[in-house]
Amino acid sequence: MSPPNEAVAREDAQFRGVPTDDVLIDLKDLKMHFPVTEGVFIQSVIAHVKAVDGISFKIMKGETLGLVGESGCGKTTTGRCILKLEDPTSGEIIFHGQDLMNLDDKEMVEVRKKIQVIFQDPFSSLNPRMKIGEIIAEPMRVHNIVPDEEARNNRVVELLNTCGLKANFADRYPHEMSGGQRQRVGIARALAMNPEFIICDEAVSALDVSIQAQVVNLLEDLREEFGLTYLFISHDLSVVRHISHRVAVMYLGHMVELAECDELFDNPLHPYTRALLEAVPIPDPDLENGRAHQIIKGEIPSPINPPSGCVFHPRCPSAHDGCKKEFPEFREVKPGHWVACTEV
Amino acid sequence: MASLLEIDKLKTQFFTTAGVVKAVDGVSYTVDEGETVAVVGESGCGKSVTAMSILRLIPWPPGKITDGEIRFAGKDLLALSEEEMRNVRGKDISMIFQEPMTSLNPVLSIGMQLTETMLAHTDISEEDAHNRAVELLGMVGISEPERRLVQYPHHLSGGMRQRVMIAMALSCEPKLIIADEPTTALDVTIQAQILELMKNLTRDLGVALIIITHNLGVVARYADRVNVMYAGKIIESGTAADIYYRPHHPYTLALLKSVPRMDQQRQAKLDPVEGQPPDLTMLDEGCAFRPRCRFATTECAEGLPSLETVEGGHATACFNKDQVAATMKEAS
Ligand SMILES: Nc1ncnc2c1ncn2[C@@H]1O[C@H](COP(=O)(O)OP(=O)(O)OP(=O)(O)O)[C@@H](O)[C@H]1O
Ligand SMILES: Nc1ncnc2c1ncn2[C@@H]1O[C@H](COP(=O)(O)OP(=O)(O)OP(=O)(O)O)[C@@H](O)[C@H]1O
Ligand code: SF4
Ligand SMILES: [Mg+2]
Ligand SMILES: [Mg+2]
Repeated sequence: MSPPNEAVAREDAQFRGVPTDDVLIDLKDLKMHFPVTEGVFIQSVIAHVKAVDGISFKIMKGETLGLVGESGCGKTTTGRCILKLEDPTSGEIIFHGQDLMNLDDKEMVEVRKKIQVIFQDPFSSLNPRMKIGEIIAEPMRVHNIVPDEEARNNRVVELLNTCGLKANFADRYPHEMSGGQRQRVGIARALAMNPEFIICDEAVSALDVSIQAQVVNLLEDLREEFGLTYLFISHDLSVVRHISHRVAVMYLGHMVELAECDELFDNPLHPYTRALLEAVPIPDPDLENGRAHQIIKGEIPSPINPPSGCVFHPRCPSAHDGCKKEFPEFREVKPGHWVACTEV
Repeated sequence: MASLLEIDKLKTQFFTTAGVVKAVDGVSYTVDEGETVAVVGESGCGKSVTAMSILRLIPWPPGKITDGEIRFAGKDLLALSEEEMRNVRGKDISMIFQEPMTSLNPVLSIGMQLTETMLAHTDISEEDAHNRAVELLGMVGISEPERRLVQYPHHLSGGMRQRVMIAMALSCEPKLIIADEPTTALDVTIQAQILELMKNLTRDLGVALIIITHNLGVVARYADRVNVMYAGKIIESGTAADIYYRPHHPYTLALLKSVPRMDQQRQAKLDPVEGQPPDLTMLDEGCAFRPRCRFATTECAEGLPSLETVEGGHATACFNKDQVAATMKEAS
């Protein structure tokens, strides 16, 4: 199985200057199996949670790759593996030509300056006892990026302004800010390290629609201005369609589809992707009246004992006997369009 | 014919050390029998407090219904004794919350919870209650209902728990169900299943539904009528088509324009509602949307726009509604 190759041709207007075939991250057959243990004194491993079970994708420099899928499919685990916050079971994580799997903790400290994360819940990731200014300045101080205190304070003000916050927010505490403002602080703190790559894990999911749009615009502006690359993890397909260049769909630890954004939404091929798109209600009553609403049945199975063969087969409307036996190869069915389903 | 539920100039306030929170500030609307009415608006605008006020579940201190009337099937709910109100809550009106775990009792089996309300509010025998519980679980799409009755809430997935909540809400054949963000915590495919289930059941059983949500897609798919709230007031109200295709309030227009659409190729940057939601302790005599409004004029600072009819059942509270409508026409 070869990993997905170059993103499709980028002359399309919606790529708005996304470069290159410069690969920033190349994930090869990544697996993260968490042991499930039993016993109080002597713990024995009785099973594994196959949170991520052999996924491969590339992220190009300057690109936003959307990663979607339902709860528990392994999106966050994938992000954490890239940062080596988990210890992946197997696979390769090539960043700038270097396999992060081979780096020790000390070497990873350097890498983690270049890769930042923005989380869903801005409140729990900000220290309630620190002022906003200190929160943003701290990583710069700890990593000695801006050693001089005055220069650091200036940088804090600059970062606040970049993220649409007034300088006097530096003296406030997190509880004195709204959710949207706290999310901007989270972004400012991530930018303080001058990262190349940001993993946005449900970064706008907790925000009200009106505020969500402000933060989405900010993320897009920053990407253009600083040439950032994003892995945009979200379960909100509307936002993902808006912000991504390419989109990957996960189900139960596997990649089931990957394509250029409009191609994926206009021409979904995997039965799961289709079901997912069908389930999302669209803010247009006439259009909704005309939709079929074929709603997929059943619930997501446990990743401890995933179904045999294609993990989607118990819920799949096109499943046949063969689907129970072998996991379908993730293959390129059109240039840039990858699917793991034998029926396509 | 009188409506099933009539809320008239309802005011609910919280008396806090930071000031008086005018959470619900003169809300009026009606719900007819069997109708699905959506309430939308951003976080903190008073959607849940309105719902809790209908059921008289506002905690005092610090909260209190300070003015207005709520009539349900001709009864003045605010005049009922606490005991009569308990009966309304158990039987006539039921509520479904966002997080079922907070309203299911973790130490009671599913069967006990289902039969308990029926036994308390109707004169059903234990055996009939048991059979009805099995029937209800089947109706909400839970397989092997007999076996599920002896299970506890933590044995179930989030989607299943929400199904159990719906079964409980239906158990005493209510006339009205209030669902506060019933699917927000669920996955998209499970959300679609639950909403479809609620839609079919309410239609088949003729139950009216108030659905509180911030998801404009859910509203478009399921609601007959829509109330848009801002800062404790309804600022626009009408059929789903009125609201989506003919908005007359700047906030409604801005809300619709700020959401990205999954069915459309991206055109340009999103168009957010700038600024922050208002502080409900510091409202002045003018229109509360004024600081964020593109259409604001001097008039807007001087007085409060009242909800006025646009056409038929479509009403809006804005001094410059005609300009808003013209902008919408131009855009499309
Ligand atoms: N440290 C861990 N130990 C055991 N299992 C884990 C651990 N972390 C995650 N898992 C399991 O791995 C699976 C994938 O989890 P993950 O958090 O990556 O999902 P996700 O796609 O981010 O879901 P969500 O949309 O809910 O955030 C889940 O079944 C989860 O319970
Ligand atoms: N117990 C309370 N004490 C003080 N203020 C309260 C209390 N409960 C609610 N409020 C305030 O009343 C206002 C309306 O709250 P409500 O819960 O109705 O908002 P909502 O529209 O349901 O928002 P969300 O979408 O976040 O659920 C808010 O400003 C809230 O802070
Ligand atoms: S009344 Fe004035 S401020 Fe309020 S929404 Fe209308 S135009 Fe805007
Ligand atoms: Mg996650
Ligand atoms: Mg609420």
